[in-house]
Amino acid sequence: MKYRGAQVLIECLQEEQVETIFGYPGGAVIDIYDTLYDADIQHILTRHEQGAIHAADGYARASGRPGVVLATSGPGATNLITGLATAYSDSVPLVVFTGQVPRALLGRDAFQEADMVGITIPVTKHNYMVTELKELPSVIKEAFHIASSGRPGPVLIDLPKNIWQEEIEFSYPKAVHLPGYKPTLMGHHKQIKLAAKAIIEAKQPVIFAGGGVTHGQGEEELRGLAEKQQIPVCTSLMGVSAFPLRHPLALGMLGMHGTSYANTAVTECDLLITVGARFSDRVTGKIERFAPKAQIIHIDIDPAEIGKNIRVDIPIVGDVKNILAMLLSELDLPKYRLITDKSPWQEKITGWKKLFPLQYEKEGTLKPQHVIEEISRITGGEAIVTTEVGQHQMWAAQYYGCKHPRSFLTSGGLGTMGFGFPAAIGAQLAQPERTVFCIAGDGSFQMNIQELGTIMTYDLPIKIALLNNNALGMVRQWQEIIYQERYSHTIWEKAPDFIKIADAYHIKGIRVEEPGAVSGAIEEAIAHPGSVFMEFVVAQEENVFPMVLPGKPIEEMLLSEVKTI
Amino acid sequence: MRHTLAVLVENKPGVLARIAGLFNRRHFNIQSLSVGETEKPEISRMTIVVEGDDATIEQVKKQLNKLINVLKVTDLTWEETVERELVLIKVQADPTQRAEIMQIATTFRGNVVDVGQRSLTIEITGDSGKTSALEELLRPFGIVELMRTGQITMARGPKALIKQIEQDEKAASC
Repeated sequence: MKYRGAQVLIECLQEEQVETIFGYPGGAVIDIYDTLYDADIQHILTRHEQGAIHAADGYARASGRPGVVLATSGPGATNLITGLATAYSDSVPLVVFTGQVPRALLGRDAFQEADMVGITIPVTKHNYMVTELKELPSVIKEAFHIASSGRPGPVLIDLPKNIWQEEIEFSYPKAVHLPGYKPTLMGHHKQIKLAAKAIIEAKQPVIFAGGGVTHGQGEEELRGLAEKQQIPVCTSLMGVSAFPLRHPLALGMLGMHGTSYANTAVTECDLLITVGARFSDRVTGKIERFAPKAQIIHIDIDPAEIGKNIRVDIPIVGDVKNILAMLLSELDLPKYRLITDKSPWQEKITGWKKLFPLQYEKEGTLKPQHVIEEISRITGGEAIVTTEVGQHQMWAAQYYGCKHPRSFLTSGGLGTMGFGFPAAIGAQLAQPERTVFCIAGDGSFQMNIQELGTIMTYDLPIKIALLNNNALGMVRQWQEIIYQERYSHTIWEKAPDFIKIADAYHIKGIRVEEPGAVSGAIEEAIAHPGSVFMEFVVAQEENVFPMVLPGKPIEEMLLSEVKTI
Repeated sequence: MRHTLAVLVENKPGVLARIAGLFNRRHFNIQSLSVGETEKPEISRMTIVVEGDDATIEQVKKQLNKLINVLKVTDLTWEETVERELVLIKVQADPTQRAEIMQIATTFRGNVVDVGQRSLTIEITGDSGKTSALEELLRPFGIVELMRTGQITMARGPKALIKQIEQDEKAASC
């Protein structure tokens, strides 16, 4: 069948079962928008291209399906860079379409021309420029395949405007031919046996789970391994929703703002079973002192992660779900029945949990941790939480008792302020039945505050919990602790009235200043059918603890303003 | 230490930029890179000489392999190889010095490819040891211009890298 111009693009998206795309129109994509006018695809119009790509990212993280973005050439396209880098850092599948000037004008510094393929090489898994319409179907097929297989990531397709004047005989390819791209899926049997033996022999093992567990849908197998072998589990920030925080074996987060018991357990462990994590500097602290007594098993789909940051004793490359399943059935064999007594190790950990729990001073003014504990208690950990970046993000990771996979959406690798609010839009569209909380700081929220317009337009019932300390809290905290309390440009001299802003967008606003009013506000917000903007006026001087100072080993933590171990 | 990598890539626009960018971005220390078409026009072959410790070289290879357009990365460092580089050297030479310079060039199996009033241009191929030795000998005469193509390296014996890709693909499909 013959199709013309942008109709080909729409057909391809439908072949890929794309239901929702996020975008912003402009001159170079006007033909696509003309076709979208009566196409059977939901298009979410954001207020900024950055909002569109973070929303698509949130959609992908919440659903596991690739997020799709459409933006115009030049500034529309360059506004996507932060979103691409964010998704690339956290291995999120996106397929991003950008308009481009017509082929005849390429390279002539035409109006709204930017070299998107060149600019985005470092922040995409792969990218393309399509110069003839007939290439488009196979490129889109490849893009979705690359974005969502192996270690997922964003793929960009740049579309010069002239192709929309062409007409082709349309057929969607059944398979891709990518001779240079063959992700390893099955784990090596010999390595699995080595890992099983190490697990059985270990006296003090710890599992360290990262975002790869969720990308590979290995949560159930992970839990199986932990429970069967009674191994405690800590996570990276990206792995927060890979293992339920309230599980008896959960140690919480590891690293710079990890729990003292996770950091201590990893320092003391004799076997660290790392699943889908990449040993970021925020996790390891001083790398020479990280897990110094441990044999390290590293399970990852990306061979380049093995040995990149840390020495590994037993690498296993492949899909985490496959590998964990293989490992579980290997461990079921009779020869592995002789289990080392792990109860002394569990008693040690229980002791550390009791001695140095997560804590904050509950008396006095409203504390941000209290707000998150209340969200956790009232939702029962059932809600999807998105966060911005900074102190509130760390408190959310520490105190929100996340129960389900794909339910704690946060910019881990890149640390993108302005991510969480648009990501909540995507998450709500992907999971319309679930309650979505966006936990934000007053700094981050103002980076994409314009997306209030988007949730107004589409009646998205997102519950925004703004922890307002009138400061850029995380940097303020570093300035207090490391820079002799020289608060350079981190405390706002003037701030807007957020409730009035919400009101301007017809969003219900609730301001809370007293600890006693927190639970009532959260319950009221959940009961309200639409979006609610909750502003919690919290103590500015509150800091995130534990804290490992940069360059220090993770067992050396500041536990509170005065306590150090 | 120095490693010599043979990298087969799809012959598509922008592949060189992807590879050069990767080395730059990850602070890998590239010493030379040369690229050209192979016996199959849809495949180009690069010879990349890179300096680094074992862990760095391991990362270089793995990161190269992650690029979608990269088909095969082979470390030729410990292989028996033929290694060549073409160097053009333009030397200051007045008529009285010509004979001496030409004699030096001949000793190195270099060819004189251009003779001017006050200069001579010599072409020499070989491994970097040989070309550097000639460069040193010519330096006292005054080197006007010198350029290198970058090293190209091929394993000795009957093995062919492109054949290995085809065999890998066959093995994967059956």
